[in-house]
Amino acid sequence: MSQPAPLPLVESLFDAPLPASGIAWLDAARHENRAAFAAGGLPDTRVEAWKYTALRALGQRRFARGDDGATSRVVAASTFALPGVDGPRLVFVNGVFRADLSALDALPAGLTLQPLSQVLHDDAEPLRFVLSRPALIGDTREVGDVFTRINAASAAEGVMLRVAAGVKVAAPVQLVFVGAVADVELAWHLRNVIELGKGAKLSLIEQHVSDAEPAQLATVVSDIELREGAQLHHTVLQNVAIATSLMRRSSVRLHARAHAMLHALELGGALVRHDLRAELVGDGARFDTRGVFMPHGRQHIDTQLAIRHQALNTTSTSTWRGVANDRARGVFRGAIVVAPGADGSDASLSNKNLLLSPSAEIDTKPELEIYADEVKAAHGATVGQLDERSLFYLRSRGIPLAEARALLTAAFCRAVLDDLPNEALREHLSGLLVAQLPA
Amino acid sequence: MNMLKIENLHARVEGKEILKGLSLSVNAGEVHAIMGPNGAGKSTLGNVLSGRDGYEVTAGSVTYNGVDLLALEPEARAAAGVFLAFQYPVEIPGVNNTYFLRAAFNAQRKARGEKEFDSMQFLKLVREKLKVMQISDELLHRAVNEGFSGGEKKRNEIFQMAVLEPQLAILDETDSGLDIDALKHVADGVNALRSPDRAFLMITHYQRLLDYVVPDFVHVLADGRIVESGDKSLALKLEEHGYAGLGEGAAA
Repeated sequence: MSQPAPLPLVESLFDAPLPASGIAWLDAARHENRAAFAAGGLPDTRVEAWKYTALRALGQRRFARGDDGATSRVVAASTFALPGVDGPRLVFVNGVFRADLSALDALPAGLTLQPLSQVLHDDAEPLRFVLSRPALIGDTREVGDVFTRINAASAAEGVMLRVAAGVKVAAPVQLVFVGAVADVELAWHLRNVIELGKGAKLSLIEQHVSDAEPAQLATVVSDIELREGAQLHHTVLQNVAIATSLMRRSSVRLHARAHAMLHALELGGALVRHDLRAELVGDGARFDTRGVFMPHGRQHIDTQLAIRHQALNTTSTSTWRGVANDRARGVFRGAIVVAPGADGSDASLSNKNLLLSPSAEIDTKPELEIYADEVKAAHGATVGQLDERSLFYLRSRGIPLAEARALLTAAFCRAVLDDLPNEALREHLSGLLVAQLPA
Repeated sequence: MNMLKIENLHARVEGKEILKGLSLSVNAGEVHAIMGPNGAGKSTLGNVLSGRDGYEVTAGSVTYNGVDLLALEPEARAAAGVFLAFQYPVEIPGVNNTYFLRAAFNAQRKARGEKEFDSMQFLKLVREKLKVMQISDELLHRAVNEGFSGGEKKRNEIFQMAVLEPQLAILDETDSGLDIDALKHVADGVNALRSPDRAFLMITHYQRLLDYVVPDFVHVLADGRIVESGDKSLALKLEEHGYAGLGEGAAA
């Protein structure tokens, strides 16, 4: 096989100087990942994991690494303000920590919330194991994991969040990742490490937003570890600018009786991919996800959900809705594996999709593999259009067509936000969904 | 001026001619019953008047308060005061009944250039109407028609009518599938809404609804046309003799 010329994207990312940590093992890991990334290049659509998400156009672009002006970019607080959310906050702008926008005073006892750079500066050794490998879960040598490689080579900043055993944090913690317009088209990378100790409890809000319309590439890799009996309520709001490409990978590991509940709204971005992986490694662990992806215009939003049941009596529920308008494309893969020995597990997955325009497309692929006994499993996926009878019923009562469509679409998505406990936040997120609909 | 004037209406569904020259005039304050056998075009008439897709008008006209009704979108007809009580009300999961009704109510007011109601004002109105309709407010908290019994769905239609206060109400086989108690409730609701400003077009297969809502006029619709018109005694005659053999004189 002949070696094609390296893609501009690969070249530009490879050529960018790596962050120098002065820590031998970390620098070595970064070099290793960069070399692996350059050797592997970008996967094409023949690679199963990228079958519906082409990287061709992205591959032709160049991005500069790091924003020298990131600390002085003016970002309005309204960019990330959320009703019902007023607690500790960590804000990054173009991949750089912004103390001035963060709220880290008077953290409750038992909560550690710091920028990763600070931890690396103070004492990197405890993170050695985590940062020496690209991500918590999965075989990162697989071709599809190119962005995790880039991230592992390039990320020098991120979130370091720990909740000590037994500590229940009352106020929601807000993590904000802002893209802001810079002089050049930027690539930036963040690496988050989140751990809840035994019996700890946390409500976490993760926001990906933009100030103005930056054309940039961002990668965000998060490891989330829930120790025995820990409880995490995680809300993700992805609403980046329409010119931004965002590649995320979140790995959640749940020990015995740990429970994670995720609500996700995927609204923004040009090319967006989220690899969400969960391993239920302890007996009785539970992982619930609810999500909506709603691309319009020419957006492409891809969610890859992979759940592995590896212990007895583990439970996962996944309820995802996709709504695509205009010429947009949505992709959803929901892969559930019940591994040998994970007897008594219960896994359900539902992905319903709505096409609001004849040129929109959604590709959905539920996968279920069961290798254990006494397993309850249900999964299903549909793609359809708004029901004409319902539309006429609403119109016959005086509701104009556009409003009727919005009302039915919002209703279609309702199941996703129904059990979000923070009412003010739930109302706000519902409003964002409606605002995304065509007028 | 008639409130509603239908002249020589021809309409097709999926290429098949269903209405073949239907003419009918309705004045404010009147209750008209349209009766006829299955397949005569009764439901087609209701659907054409309310603007449902898939019904092609090939000839004739419908004038409502001097306006060409057929040129209006369904929502504009509603705002102008036309209401269709569905034969098969649609279940809409995820949309709260009260929310839906307020959205409809305010959309109509907005279209007419009237001030919209806030949730307090609207709740007050709904409470008053509930009392008149004798409907449990539990229905209000549920999704539109979702999991409603047949009777509950029909009563919900009448309740919507009570809140929206149309000028012209078209009841499409509202009596079908109802037991006698539910039928009485629906009839009481309709009777409570009768007024000199409002007209009703009751489309029905059976005479029994007319025992409870007494019409001013009864029309027999057969093969796409009104073949006979009369007062309420015509309904009784139909009950006795059936549709066969009726309207021969008029059709000639």
